Amino acid sequence: MASFILRRLLLLPLMLLAASALIFFMLRLGPSDPAMDYLRLSSVPPTPQALEHARIMLGLDKPLLVQYITWLKSALQLDFGVSYATQRPVLPDLLYYLPATLQLAGVALLLTLGISIPLGRWAARHQDEAPDQWVRLIAFIGVSMPNFWLGFLLVLLFSVHLGWLPPMGRGGWAHLVMPAVAIALMSLSINARLLRASMLEVKGQRHVTYARLRGLPERHVERSHVFRNALLPIITAVGMHIGELIGGTLIIESIFGWPGVGRFAVSAIFNRDYPVIQCFTLLMVTIFVVCNLIVDIIYAWADPRIRLSAEGAE
Amino acid sequence: MNVAVATPSTQLTSFWQQARWTTRIALVMALALIVTACLAPWIAPFDPNAVDLTARLQSPNAEHWLGTDHLGRDILSRLMAGTGVSLGVVAITLSVMLTLGIVIGGTAGFVGGRVDQVIMRITDVFLTFPTFVLALFMIGMLGTGLTNVVIAIALSHWAWYARIVRGIVLSLKHRDFIAAAHMAGASRTRVFVRHLLPATFSQLIVLASLDIGHIMLHVSGLSFLGLGVAAPTAEWGVMLSDARQFVWTEPLLMLWPGLALFVSVMAFNLLGDALRDRLDPHLRREHAH
Repeated sequence: MASFILRRLLLLPLMLLAASALIFFMLRLGPSDPAMDYLRLSSVPPTPQALEHARIMLGLDKPLLVQYITWLKSALQLDFGVSYATQRPVLPDLLYYLPATLQLAGVALLLTLGISIPLGRWAARHQDEAPDQWVRLIAFIGVSMPNFWLGFLLVLLFSVHLGWLPPMGRGGWAHLVMPAVAIALMSLSINARLLRASMLEVKGQRHVTYARLRGLPERHVERSHVFRNALLPIITAVGMHIGELIGGTLIIESIFGWPGVGRFAVSAIFNRDYPVIQCFTLLMVTIFVVCNLIVDIIYAWADPRIRLSAEGAE
Repeated sequence: MNVAVATPSTQLTSFWQQARWTTRIALVMALALIVTACLAPWIAPFDPNAVDLTARLQSPNAEHWLGTDHLGRDILSRLMAGTGVSLGVVAITLSVMLTLGIVIGGTAGFVGGRVDQVIMRITDVFLTFPTFVLALFMIGMLGTGLTNVVIAIALSHWAWYARIVRGIVLSLKHRDFIAAAHMAGASRTRVFVRHLLPATFSQLIVLASLDIGHIMLHVSGLSFLGLGVAAPTAEWGVMLSDARQFVWTEPLLMLWPGLALFVSVMAFNLLGDALRDRLDPHLRREHAH
């Protein structure tokens, strides 16, 4: 177990390094000239002299590899350059908006797990009966629902008509409900479906029949023999859902006026503000990779085949 | 391995006969969407981009069945034109994605060795990105617009397909029918193109059809943020983005494009599920993203 975690931890910087190289080289090999974008965003007329000056200032006259190493060196000291548009350092600005995004995505993740697990369990316990049909209907609607449209519908119902929830901004828990539901519904639906299918599959296995034959109470069989084993595929799926939740949060923030990195990043992407795009993408990748690392560790801990094999096999 | 005994039309007939009622509705809806997409320029009652400021924000009426938007454009015509944009983008994106996946993943699996190692490490790098974040990044690199959306979404999804194709190729590589083709004297390229690739198609069709809804949502999501298809184009995400300032006064404006998107995604998801059950029951558990 310890060596498994250690190996994953060592892999982490390598993955981030590879991701940073991909981000850096794709931006540089892209169709547009960063010097031009720099001049456009700082409202300087693009005369040949100004262009030349910008190129030297941004280090674009050096070979690509040298540029990357220079960038990497300052990135390791957490200096991601200044925004072309605002001339302010990029990282502090992004970190200023990040907590709001993490809060929203985190609540959406909790909702996903907190609702999908009971739903999936309930559906599997009553296979082909009314609860199962209901869960299937909800999941079926959920996987096809555009999250930004759901956001609008919720605003329409709970803010415009009923006046129960604030339509915009960040504040107490009331502000979190609608955006978090809009983000979570799709992952929640997929998860509930997956857990249902996974539980039904485990139910048919021999160790479950054996547990029943031993005369264990049904409740105990369901909890310790079916549910625990059926959770494993869910843990893997959560790793993927985190990516979707991050993406969903970026869209939903713009509907609910949520002061997160989403709106900041969208305007930077629209303006091709390269330092911001680089730093934002790397930040999101880091969060995603770290979350997946945690998910992997939980998986290894939950699956005795991995947890116990560590001492013997490795 | 040879499933192509029945002609496509008899296969479709038997698919229809064995389908559940939900699948039948989905099939009819999908066909209706495709027909609307193809015929939109002729059957739409108005020009989807014709601005008429005297007819702004009308409620549904006899002339404009679904009303008009803030520039007096006919909503129904815009929805119809939007069908073409959505389906067109999805079709092109899927073809690009599948081609990249088949060529790159297939090569990795078939050639093996160091080539396989290098290609798989590259896909690993792409898979460290959440797909929507990668798509946003690609838009940042390429700029907005229809073509760039296609490239961005294809480049952010291809690694999944490359992985899956590689897996399928690896599982088929040592089967008897491939060995037989080798022994019959077929060249490596011929074995790859004529024998191995066709055998991967049924699984790929299932995966691709399950992905259609997903791609549609990403395309309109990008457009909704103002990073996808540019503003005057009648695209559902753009229409929703236009409608957002009228949520309080004209809620119907945001109802239609969202409903169109929801129904289309649902139709293609249903079809994907039905195809999966029919062609590849083993995938049932594995497709989670």
